[in-house]
Amino acid sequence: MTAAILTVDDSPSLRMAIRIALTGAGYDVTEAGDGVEGLSAAAAKKFDLIITDLNMPNMDGLTMIRELRKAPEQAGVPIIFLTTESDDAMKQQAKAVGATGWLVKPFVPEQLIKVSRKVLGR
Amino acid sequence: MSLQDPVAAFRIEAGELLDQIEQGLLDLGHRLDDRDLVDEVFRGLHTLKGSGAMFGFDALAEFTHHCETAFDRVRKGLAPATQELVAVILSARDHMRALIEGNGSGLEATGAAILAELQAAIDGASDSPPAVEPAGAVPVVPVAAAGSGSGWRLSFRLPADAMANGTNPLMLLDELRELGECRIVARTDKVPPLADLVPTECHIGWDVELRGDISRADIDDVFIFVMDDMELSVTPLEVAADDVPGAAPVAGADGSAAVQGVAPPVLAAIDSAAPGKSPAATPSAAPKSGESVRVPAERLDELMDRVGELVIVQSRLSQLASGQASASGNELALRSISEEIERLAGELRDTMMVLRMVPVASLFSRFRRLVHDLARETGKTIALSTEGETTEVDKTMIERLADPMVHLIRNACDHGLETPQDRLAAGKPAAGQVHLSAHQAGGEVLITIRDDGRGIDRERVRAKAEVQGLIQPDQAISDHDLLQMIFHPGFSTAAQVTNLSGRGVGMDVVKRTIESLRGTIDVTSKPGEGSTVVLRIPLTLAIIDGLLVRVGEGRYVIPLGAVEECLELSLEEHLRSRGRSFITLRDRLVPFLRLREIFDTGTRPDPHQKIVVIATGAERVGLVVDQIIGSHQTVIKSMSPLHRDVATFAGATILGDGGVALILDVVQLVTLGQHQEERLRAAG
Repeated sequence: MTAAILTVDDSPSLRMAIRIALTGAGYDVTEAGDGVEGLSAAAAKKFDLIITDLNMPNMDGLTMIRELRKAPEQAGVPIIFLTTESDDAMKQQAKAVGATGWLVKPFVPEQLIKVSRKVLGR
Repeated sequence: MSLQDPVAAFRIEAGELLDQIEQGLLDLGHRLDDRDLVDEVFRGLHTLKGSGAMFGFDALAEFTHHCETAFDRVRKGLAPATQELVAVILSARDHMRALIEGNGSGLEATGAAILAELQAAIDGASDSPPAVEPAGAVPVVPVAAAGSGSGWRLSFRLPADAMANGTNPLMLLDELRELGECRIVARTDKVPPLADLVPTECHIGWDVELRGDISRADIDDVFIFVMDDMELSVTPLEVAADDVPGAAPVAGADGSAAVQGVAPPVLAAIDSAAPGKSPAATPSAAPKSGESVRVPAERLDELMDRVGELVIVQSRLSQLASGQASASGNELALRSISEEIERLAGELRDTMMVLRMVPVASLFSRFRRLVHDLARETGKTIALSTEGETTEVDKTMIERLADPMVHLIRNACDHGLETPQDRLAAGKPAAGQVHLSAHQAGGEVLITIRDDGRGIDRERVRAKAEVQGLIQPDQAISDHDLLQMIFHPGFSTAAQVTNLSGRGVGMDVVKRTIESLRGTIDVTSKPGEGSTVVLRIPLTLAIIDGLLVRVGEGRYVIPLGAVEECLELSLEEHLRSRGRSFITLRDRLVPFLRLREIFDTGTRPDPHQKIVVIATGAERVGLVVDQIIGSHQTVIKSMSPLHRDVATFAGATILGDGGVALILDVVQLVTLGQHQEERLRAAG
């Protein structure tokens, strides 16, 4: 079965780039514009992987990851966050609230696909 | 915009981000300690940098990085937000726009100058050394160089919460298998008794013998996301003497491993220059963001509903045409379908028109920056207030209104408002007010630009008008007409020429632009209290409701929004008014124009002529026509270049029978009527 991926980012162009890369690699991609939309998307459907930005209006990525991990059905779902932070603090915080891994912006599609393959195993 | 082109999407998005940053900064200028605003601006800069770098706008990303770094200090409370910082970042924002549009060279110098100012602004604001650092200085994780020709012995144990957080140990083992031949042994010594077992936690450790020509970096890649918290020991396998001929091949293997293939995610910063360099280098490919309109989904749903209904009616029509209905019911059925289609066409038109409507907020918000800059340049304190931003106007209209409004606001700030000293001396508050408001009235939108400055100097206007020969030195002229002089081409009083207004756009151009939008402009002014400019513009440029009339053999359309009432010109009035074209309408004299005479139809008048009373603002004029045919949905077509200067007509339209009707220009006709009235009054 095609793996379903949720991408959460407030930047439409970035979501588009992610969607194009991942659908091209055969994944099924759903988009959300911020943490609030991301949570409701994740509540409506079970995703195999969630890729999220950290800096977003309404609800940031950290809060969304924390909320997601509270739900038992989201245990074990890989969450990859995108970061441009050069400092390690953000990365540590995201990991502490339950993120699986990260991807440093800017990235090329191959890196995105590679990371997705890595955590999905397919 | 192509839905598959992220770079085009980025350009549009960047435009929106820049607007958001600008608005945030302007607000911040008023409330320097508002944390939410600081966060908002920071987030805008952050997204712009991140996305910019993604799509190859490297110069933008680097430049924005400096601003972001500076702003991050404010966000973290290390430096205060100051007016200087806001001003510098505002100019930086303009530079970012230039970088996105990629127009021409010489941007580096501008950028460097702004960064120097930024540095100064931060230095002035905080004691600690500035945090401006090159964007390229993202810490680079050193590539582990040590390698082993024959393999590695690994021993690892994952953090307890790794599985709950999405790491699947089996996949890590699979990845190791992909690297080379593996012998994996699970260590179960730490697994607790069943009663104490938490099923989401990982208690198993693994020992792995990995054989092959594998670099240490490849192994670290496998564990990259859990490396910090896990137990991991990696030691080279015992090297059998005959396995490895020497050290050199090992080094060679390491070198190639570090270069080949896709860089691991954490090393992405190294590759930042690689993805897509072309967009920044090809500015000609930049689409105009103005060519796309954002439409709320519910409006599209409405449109879809209408189209759905249209399809149903169409199938009814096909059925009728194929003769399946009984012959006797045909006419009735056809009429009903015709009515349905008429209704749907009307609704479709309305829905479609609404799709093109955008709130004037998008127009007004541009002026905040303008007023901010004008205040800085003139040294005046100016407060801009707005009202009715949710009023919606056709998108094209908004774009064409921008320039005239910029001019009017410049005028208000530059000429209208006094300096704080003068204002205080005149007993006014030091801060000048500029008020923009918009509201809809029927098929028109009224946009008002009001200032509380010194007002228009009548003496000077009059003097200038006399010099230009527009009025005679002793000529009596109403105050209203005197004020209209400022719309005359080439009319500007000497003191008006400042570097701010020197854009080559005069009030006459403003008036012409507004009139080309089928709008009107009116100015009122009280000495010492300020001036008000009112723009009346139609909601849309494309379609109007019209009243179709016949004059002689020609048919004409009068915009229905301007029609006040229709009445019959009784024979008695006709006779009585001969030579004095006035009718008495509710105790007021209204001048009327005989269109038959103006158009020189050369036909005999109908016995029962009608008067259509039209109005613009407070002025009314009657138009005598031969017949009123009825209301008509008028799709406006512009006149040919040859006929464009015929002032009486605003355009033409094609009627249902294929004939052409000219659309009367209401403003022109009312002016004509008023002139006639004045002439007659002057003649006594």
